[in-house]
Amino acid sequence: MEQPVRADHRGVLRPRRPGRIRLGKALAPYLLSLPAGVWLLALFLVPLITMLSLSLQSCNQATGACVMTWHWSEFGQQLSLYHGQLVKSFEYAGAATVVDLVISFPIAYWIAFYGGSKKNFFLLMLLVPFFVSFVIRTVVWEFILSDQGVILGPLKHAHLLPQNFHVLATGFAVVAGLAYNYLPFTALPLYVAIERIDKRVLDAAYDLYASRTSAFSRVILPLAVPGLFAAFLLTFVPALGDYVNQQILGGTSDTMIGTVIQNAFLTNLDYAGGSALSAVLLAVALIGIFAYARLLGSQTIEEYL
Amino acid sequence: MTSVATRDRVRGPAASEPAVRRRRRPGRFLLPVYSWLIIAYLVFPIAVMILYSFNRTGPGLQQVSFSWNGFTTQFYRQWDNVPQLSSSFWLSIRLAITSAVLASIVGTLLALAMVRYRPPRFRGKAFIEQVIFLNIAAPEIVLGASLLGLFVTLNLARGFLTLVLAHVAFCIAYVTVTVRARMAGFDTSLEEAAQDLGASSLVTFRTITLPLILPGVLAGALMSFALSIDDFVTSNFVGGASVPFPVWVYGATRIGIPPQVFVFGTAIFAVGICCALVSIVMSRRQA
Repeated sequence: MEQPVRADHRGVLRPRRPGRIRLGKALAPYLLSLPAGVWLLALFLVPLITMLSLSLQSCNQATGACVMTWHWSEFGQQLSLYHGQLVKSFEYAGAATVVDLVISFPIAYWIAFYGGSKKNFFLLMLLVPFFVSFVIRTVVWEFILSDQGVILGPLKHAHLLPQNFHVLATGFAVVAGLAYNYLPFTALPLYVAIERIDKRVLDAAYDLYASRTSAFSRVILPLAVPGLFAAFLLTFVPALGDYVNQQILGGTSDTMIGTVIQNAFLTNLDYAGGSALSAVLLAVALIGIFAYARLLGSQTIEEYL
Repeated sequence: MTSVATRDRVRGPAASEPAVRRRRRPGRFLLPVYSWLIIAYLVFPIAVMILYSFNRTGPGLQQVSFSWNGFTTQFYRQWDNVPQLSSSFWLSIRLAITSAVLASIVGTLLALAMVRYRPPRFRGKAFIEQVIFLNIAAPEIVLGASLLGLFVTLNLARGFLTLVLAHVAFCIAYVTVTVRARMAGFDTSLEEAAQDLGASSLVTFRTITLPLILPGVLAGALMSFALSIDDFVTSNFVGGASVPFPVWVYGATRIGIPPQVFVFGTAIFAVGICCALVSIVMSRRQA
């Protein structure tokens, strides 16, 4: 399509209204991208920018009219109010991401190198949680971790645990829920990266008398770095904004920033405050993405999505 | 397994060293066992869900109890007994189908443009690429909150329409990425051949392009369906009085969820797994 066969073919075979066709051809990419472009512009970019600008506006409480003042005070105010929740979110999302990376690297490695003809089956197994609704998955974890649930119940019955021992409403439960829910987001990019490693490079390392550990640390690990980074982004960013796990599995004292944002928009109608906190979340995501693009090239990350 | 064989053959001298060989033996089962344990961990909550969908309820309340009270198929027979749950489920299905259809049409058109044209003829391609990426990477709560702001500003009543608008907005990017990936090896000479033989653009699209990209489009549509039916955050912001299934379940966790929730969860799981297995079998048959 890029280089149409010119006059010798088209001119002879179909000599009809060349002018109109050429105009259509010139417009083709724009016409094809028009519906999606309009949709994304109107329902993604414009609202996003509008919301972010809200955090820099000053609103008149009485009239509700807002003017752009470029005051960053909203950020300072929100951060001083909710820095505890923000720190907590970073802790929980970070812990869950690290757990996921550690858990899923070996299995991604195993499927990529030893999966053989069953690769698709194992990948489906990694994706199995996605076949159950996210909220239901979290609710089921509430059941599993509950005081009289399938794990703690029998242990308490056998007096292996004190009766007042509980997991729910602790940070551990929140991290466990986050780690479970986002594990496929970690495992799949890792799998893609490891799968792509040329096995002959590994053979070459062994030919040069590399031990298994040094082959791993000097060949596999460096080649898996793009996947590690993609896995980190795809796990950490959504986990940071997640509040379902915390609301269902956590207690009242360990609220995450997502809950604060949700309450700001839906309960307190404090749009400026919610916008400022959303901007912080978005900034974290953007910093991660730009770091990725800088270090590893912007094209590669799309391959993991 | 072939890679192991080749490696041992290539390694030659190193592999024949007894010290290396003895060290490798016990570790050989470690990785598979570990991997199966992780798979068990991933499947375990689903097994619990299915099990508890057969659990009797405690005395009085019609809600799932944490302890096991005995086997019953009562809630499968009475799956339709919680009116709000059923209506939220059907709302989710309608929403997911509508979003998947719209997003796959719009997203596929964009993917076609992105695959075929480059900057001199397609200015702004890099910008669109950035937007798509930002859309996927941005935390969902930010998107949901910004859409709520938009709908409030426009004074658009929150309901099915706003849900569709929002869901399509986050599905388009995934469809575009999926279709684009499937089109990576797309042979444009087939289209040129059709045009050389006098086919109009429309006929070329219908008889050549569409059949070739259809697997990618279907994958994108399925992905949109899955994203939409599972979405909680955005729906919670823009749904208003229309309450899709995940939002309803979330609300119900405060007061105790009826066992039918697990029945619906099991049904969705069964249908999804069947679709996935069919697609694996089909792709194996093609290969």
